[in-house]
Amino acid sequence: MGKIVLQGVEKHFGDVKVISNVDLTVEDGAFVVFVGPSGCGKSTLLRLIAGLEDVTGGRILIDGVDVTDLPPMKRGLSMVFQSYALYPHMSVRGNIGFGLKMAGLPKDEIARKVEAAAATLNLTQYLDRKPRQLSGGQRQRVAIGRAIVREPKGFLFDEPLSNLDAALRVNMRIEIARLQKALATTAIYVTHDQVEAMTMADKIVVLNAGRVEQVGSPLELYDRPDNLFVAGFIGSPKMNLVGGRIAEGYGAATVGIRPEHLLVGREGDGWRGTISVAEHLGSDTFLYVDVKDVGLVTVRTQGEAGLRTGDSVVLRPDPARLHRFDRDGRAIRAA
Amino acid sequence: MARAISPQKKWTFTILAWIVALILFFPILWTILTAFKTEGDAILFPPAFLPPHWTLENFFEVQARSDYFRHFFNSVVISVGSTLIGLLVAVPAAWSMAFAPTKRTKDILMWMLSTKMMPAVGVLVPIYLIFKNLGLLDSLAGLTGILMLINLPIMVWMLYTYFREIPVDILEASRMDGAVLWKEIVYVLLPMAIPGIASTLLLNIILAWNEAFWTLNLSAANAAPLTAFIASYSSPEGLFWAKLSAASTLAIAPILVIGWFSQKQLVRGMTFGAVK
Ligand SMILES: Nc1ncnc2c1ncn2[C@@H]1O[C@H](COP(=O)(O)OP(=O)(O)OP(=O)(O)O)[C@@H](O)[C@H]1O
Ligand SMILES: [Mg+2]
Repeated sequence: MGKIVLQGVEKHFGDVKVISNVDLTVEDGAFVVFVGPSGCGKSTLLRLIAGLEDVTGGRILIDGVDVTDLPPMKRGLSMVFQSYALYPHMSVRGNIGFGLKMAGLPKDEIARKVEAAAATLNLTQYLDRKPRQLSGGQRQRVAIGRAIVREPKGFLFDEPLSNLDAALRVNMRIEIARLQKALATTAIYVTHDQVEAMTMADKIVVLNAGRVEQVGSPLELYDRPDNLFVAGFIGSPKMNLVGGRIAEGYGAATVGIRPEHLLVGREGDGWRGTISVAEHLGSDTFLYVDVKDVGLVTVRTQGEAGLRTGDSVVLRPDPARLHRFDRDGRAIRAA
Repeated sequence: MARAISPQKKWTFTILAWIVALILFFPILWTILTAFKTEGDAILFPPAFLPPHWTLENFFEVQARSDYFRHFFNSVVISVGSTLIGLLVAVPAAWSMAFAPTKRTKDILMWMLSTKMMPAVGVLVPIYLIFKNLGLLDSLAGLTGILMLINLPIMVWMLYTYFREIPVDILEASRMDGAVLWKEIVYVLLPMAIPGIASTLLLNIILAWNEAFWTLNLSAANAAPLTAFIASYSSPEGLFWAKLSAASTLAIAPILVIGWFSQKQLVRGMTFGAVK
């Protein structure tokens, strides 16, 4: 069990409105990712759910119970911090078992549960070490162990992988996703890495300046962004956004086309330009094409396309994949 | 700190440091040496550095005349008592200032410290009257209380600077783990702050041990600690240098020994958490 509902949640720090009017439902067992640019309020929203900050307005419900005024310990959630926040004076065993000790469980039961959690996370041989004697990846696993051992209603992760190197990050990403599915426990995961968001999430919540811009599955956000912000934020490399006369031609204030949805030819109709940079990644080639009246357009083609810097090319957007936006930046959907 | 220092420079600094240390230590050394002199040798002019006739006479006389151990006991009760009670108040206070600050926290800290800038005599009369009316004059409870209060600002400041070095994430993690406030403080904050608490404790015991203004003014026969014991030797009948020195030596000996064994903690303490 672990359905988390936010109703009109607001948070002000002094006069600064950091979170405004957030409504959100996180279904039991779902993996929900908060993404958004730095400073948009992701951590704050997570901390409000955790109970580490008090809301200025609105309500938070967990499994239908209003927990708005309850302290963290009464909410039944556990959290994994970016800094790991392990207790430096306790062994790994003590760290993982601390929550159970606080809950007053008998010693032998704590020992059993700690060992089971450690086994799941390959930490058995480190149980008697202090955090400072562990590598970054091991510390992270201890922090996760501490979160899962209490069998909480939900996990809260605040950029748990951002202190790890790239290779380890991929491994841990997969490990966390697998663990969450195996335990079938609700998880809310904050990141500004959109690869993490796209690969881990059942549902992504895109935040911007304390507001929810859009909520949807990764593919919904990719295929049908509600507005310019989401269109620009989700997807890598970023969607090309074009205004002016070209957009008018499509009956929009702005049109967007993803780099992978542009067809590249040498001749014919389309946006004519010259390749200013070609990046050959092996599997893909990124072309940065200078198009007159439009600017620099990013194109992604598969394999080695045999195109190089200085070549003149014609770009044709795939009409089915073209996104149109009105003057306020909202998506125009064909009725 | 791997900075290259030339051997000459190193020697210069070492010698300078020794000179400064000896100058600072000289009065204490002189007191100790005088304690072993006869009253006659103590007032010789020009003074004799080492006692011409070593004697333990002064110590016996001092003990016989004014019972060192009773005063010692009082000093221990007052300094340890006031420090422990002070910690009970200062730890939660420093916790709230370090981890739940408000707009006024900085002002409160400054205000607390500013009470130490006022000369103590300024409040002697009101405090004396309060003590008198509450029947606290010449009582261990009264002295413990007043020393706890006058050292409290320093305790709170020291603990505050130590606590601020502790990442708040770790305390928040304990809250998520279900620790109520006192468990958060006892199981998580205090173990992490042990070095800071130890130096706060030591420094305050020393401050309280040596405190002479309030202990002299608010005690008479019953609760008098070692400071009063020393003072009783600069009496109207005249100064007895050798006995005064013997009394002083006896009074500072315990704290000197404690200080010697806890130098490292003390240095950390007196730099107020600036040095990690
Ligand atoms: N205690 C606080 N007092 C005042 N302002 C705060 C406080 N905590 C956060 N803020 C402000 O709230 C805004 C949102 O902060 P938050 O930490 O939630 O951002 P974030 O989305 O997690 O960013 P990042 O990706 O950099 O971690 C920021 O502008 C920040 O300056
Ligand atoms: Mg953050």
